[in-house]
Amino acid sequence: MTEQAKAADHHRMIWALAGALVLLNGALVLGGLWRDWAWPAVAVSFVMLVLICERVGRLVPARLRGLYERALALGFPLLILVLWQIGGTFGLINPIWFPPPSQIGKALWDVTVNFDRFSETSLLGRPWLIPQAWSEGGLQGVGALLGESHLLATVLRVLAGFVLGAVPGILVGVVMGVNQTVRLMLDTTLSAIYVLPKIAIFPIVMLMFADPFGEGPKIVVVALAVFILMAINTMAGVRQIDPVYLMAGRNYGAGPWQLLRHVILPGAMPVIFAGLRIALGTAMIVIISVEFLRAKQGVGYMTYYYWEVLVPEKMYAGLVVVMAMGVGFTAALHWLQKRLMPWTR
Amino acid sequence: MNTETTPAPKIRARAVYKTYDTASGPTAAVQDFNLDVADGEFVAIVGPSGCGKSTFLRMVAGLEGISSGSITITPGPEKDRPSNSVVFQEYAIFPWKTVIENVAFGLQMRGIPARERLEVARSWLDRVGLAKFADYYPHQISGGMKQRVSIVRALANDPEVLLMDEPLGALDAQTRVVLQEELLRIWEETRKTVLYITHSLEEAVLLGDRVVLMSAQPGRILEIYDIGLPRPRSFGTTTLPEFAEYRAMIWDKLSAEVTRAMEMQK
Ligand SMILES: Nc1ncnc2c1ncn2[C@@H]1O[C@H](COP(=O)(O)OP(=O)(O)OP(=O)(O)O)[C@@H](O)[C@H]1O
Ligand SMILES: [Mg+2]
Repeated sequence: MTEQAKAADHHRMIWALAGALVLLNGALVLGGLWRDWAWPAVAVSFVMLVLICERVGRLVPARLRGLYERALALGFPLLILVLWQIGGTFGLINPIWFPPPSQIGKALWDVTVNFDRFSETSLLGRPWLIPQAWSEGGLQGVGALLGESHLLATVLRVLAGFVLGAVPGILVGVVMGVNQTVRLMLDTTLSAIYVLPKIAIFPIVMLMFADPFGEGPKIVVVALAVFILMAINTMAGVRQIDPVYLMAGRNYGAGPWQLLRHVILPGAMPVIFAGLRIALGTAMIVIISVEFLRAKQGVGYMTYYYWEVLVPEKMYAGLVVVMAMGVGFTAALHWLQKRLMPWTR
Repeated sequence: MNTETTPAPKIRARAVYKTYDTASGPTAAVQDFNLDVADGEFVAIVGPSGCGKSTFLRMVAGLEGISSGSITITPGPEKDRPSNSVVFQEYAIFPWKTVIENVAFGLQMRGIPARERLEVARSWLDRVGLAKFADYYPHQISGGMKQRVSIVRALANDPEVLLMDEPLGALDAQTRVVLQEELLRIWEETRKTVLYITHSLEEAVLLGDRVVLMSAQPGRILEIYDIGLPRPRSFGTTTLPEFAEYRAMIWDKLSAEVTRAMEMQK
């Protein structure tokens, strides 16, 4: 078959599949059967959509390929949001448990601009009031204002825990990677703690602090989780360095610190960053669970609180914020990685 | 040219043994190795694969312990000059440093200020035609270029002794000839003491003042040949009848040894 005939074939198939897709779902909706058959309908629709996009992909010229890939990557989640919205409007999806995106958006706006009198918090801490707070209470006033922010509370906990865990974790990992004795002594212990859900030791950590309900224990569990991960990953990263690089370093006159700075750390860097990404995800899990359990503030607290008082759209707003935080932190790590590892592309 | 009698050899190896203690028992890699290399001499080592050439070189470099015997490198008059620099068989140029940073690495470790060391590195890159690639990372250049970078990294370090482990090993025949001539020219200019491992007999005869022939594992010295070919040498040297004679003479012994090594591996 010629290229042209193939293209025509693709065009026909795309229209046929698209027609079938609309027909199938239309018939189910009109027949009032869609809700009962929701899962199979969704599955079949997804498969058909994939088939359509595959064929569209083959028709896209190489020069537009990047655009097409981005459109697919961003378009699909967008499509889900649109369908979710439509489904909610037409009663195909239960809006109580799955409030449509527009409502979640409204709730997000709501928790951002409004101060919750009961818990004395808001999502961002109402930064537009900063000038006023400044003139009234100075630095303390601004502090008090931002102190009501869920987002800031969680971000600070994650950042503090992350740094407090990652820095010593990387150091211990390097020592374990370089020194066999230390490695043999610590490896089993760390592996054992690694599989322990950090939330399970939260009560013990609370007991170790004079103020068990303060920030200390929350930061420390995050730090602990990050520490273990970073120690294990850094050790693996140091161990996978080809010994010939260490030899080259020594032969060209590097002392122990120069070896660390010029050979060991850069050599382990790819694995360290892989570890940091995993540690970030773990840190988010830990902090959100801790906030579910024991906090008067934080995005996790907010999410759980609105579940308890049965305002699902605000609960979803909390989840959106958690995801946004994840995306933000990942982007920050990516940026750091580009700065610190210019040799990888 | 009998250099054995000159007063202070630059490299002096006496009754060197190396035994690796492996899980399946001790394996002898190098046995009773005696070699003197005079100041400014170019010594090539050939031998079957796995006979312990790299092991010996690493011991000379101080990167590997010596089981018994001794190896010394006589220090020169200049105090801050490094005693030796290795060109590794696996290149071992750092993937995380640019080409020029790699070349300047030895100088950097010795605390030479940035501007000065980069100047030295750049002039060396210029000499081997890599100036354009100074700011590339190793993964962006070809294997042959990496090998040149690793050679130039050693040269820029200006050591007492150059230790080269199959520096042209992975090159295609044409690039290899070009770089052999390049090496000959640089050596004529610098007259460094060189210990040069190669698996190419032609290369050994072309470059070396002497050729050391090693036995199959465990590596012992089978024979040392003085190569009396006139200096300065070039690719033209390979067409001399004497060259063919040296080649044929050493090949007789080497081929027998390679066959033996291959039979041992079966
Ligand atoms: N770290 C080590 N532990 C155990 N055995 C080793 C080690 N390094 C080398 N050997 C053994 O010592 C012998 C000599 O190895 P070496 O690398 O010196 O050979 P070579 O002559 O350089 O070989 P090639 O020409 O292939 O590079 C080999 O049999 C090898 O298996
Ligand atoms: Mg070798």
